[in-house]
Amino acid sequence: MNDRRLEATATISLRQIFAQFLFVGAISFGGGIVAYLRELLVTRRQWVSSDEFMVLLSISQTMPGLNAVNLSILMGDRLRGGRGALVAALGILLPGACVVLGIGTLYGIHGDHPSADRLLAGVMAAAIALLATVTWKLGRRALCATKSLALVLLTFVCMSLLKWPLYLVLATVLPLALFLYRPSAKNAE
Amino acid sequence: MITLIQLAGVFSMLSLLAVGGGSAVLPEMQSLLEQYFQISQSEFVKAYGIGQLAPGPNMLVVLIMGQLVAGLAGALVVAVAFFLPSSLLCLFAGRLWLRIGECPWRLAVQSALEPISIGLMCSGVYTIANEALTGWRSALIALIVGVLLLRSKINPVLLIFAAAAASYFLF
Repeated sequence: MNDRRLEATATISLRQIFAQFLFVGAISFGGGIVAYLRELLVTRRQWVSSDEFMVLLSISQTMPGLNAVNLSILMGDRLRGGRGALVAALGILLPGACVVLGIGTLYGIHGDHPSADRLLAGVMAAAIALLATVTWKLGRRALCATKSLALVLLTFVCMSLLKWPLYLVLATVLPLALFLYRPSAKNAE
Repeated sequence: MITLIQLAGVFSMLSLLAVGGGSAVLPEMQSLLEQYFQISQSEFVKAYGIGQLAPGPNMLVVLIMGQLVAGLAGALVVAVAFFLPSSLLCLFAGRLWLRIGECPWRLAVQSALEPISIGLMCSGVYTIANEALTGWRSALIALIVGVLLLRSKINPVLLIFAAAAASYFLF
């Protein structure tokens, strides 16, 4: 089965991989990259099956780092090995990186201007709305079950109210969470 | 040079601590940037806000943080330090995982990380909101944008521009 897979993907060039990820990196605003990648790679190009996509997605969510970048790395690796992973990650990051650096340069020049601050107040208000809605969309399930809600609250209290350093928060909450979700406890939820 | 090494240290640590996505390390990033590089909370939140105008992963805003600290060199150092460690880890751990196959503990780790990363994201919301919501006007703008984000399919960048225009006239 492995051989057949290799055959099917041998025709995908590094340039094609780069172009696809560059496109997603350039058009995805305000998150939702995973949905774009699924649409392009699974539905349109059919480079991977939907099941395989879900497996790679869940690994990318388990590992530290940005989900979208991790998913690009795993997908690139799956298609063309290490070099595929490199071009996929570069593709997803480059467009945004250029825009961010451009904005950063402008911001450095105009940062102290009072009228810029009046514009920025609205930008910040919109940014918090964006972050809060993304948190809500991702967290709705976790916030509605007692066990996970308790862990959400504990993490928040340690981080924001007690102001512990992040490594300490993780060292405290992660073992507890792993205990609560240990494989044998699966049917407890 | 010392600054660049410090930047690399801080952001490669954040890279490996970013469980469940980049937004999870926002509060930690803010406190470390204040502690080591004297970036105030207000500068941090402004930079975060304008960073949302860019496409792609929203944590690309770390490049602006690097730029604030040490110019273009700072941005490049931060880019490598923030994206390389977690990417390499994911590449090799992912290969290992696919070879071993699905085991019950991977699912346990994933379920355990989900509420933690949501908790950290809530902390991120709290950190940004403390600075971004300064009164009824910014709260009103945030509320309207939030409702539109949930109820419509308007491109978020257009909403950010509209919010900027609205605040220009309101403030």
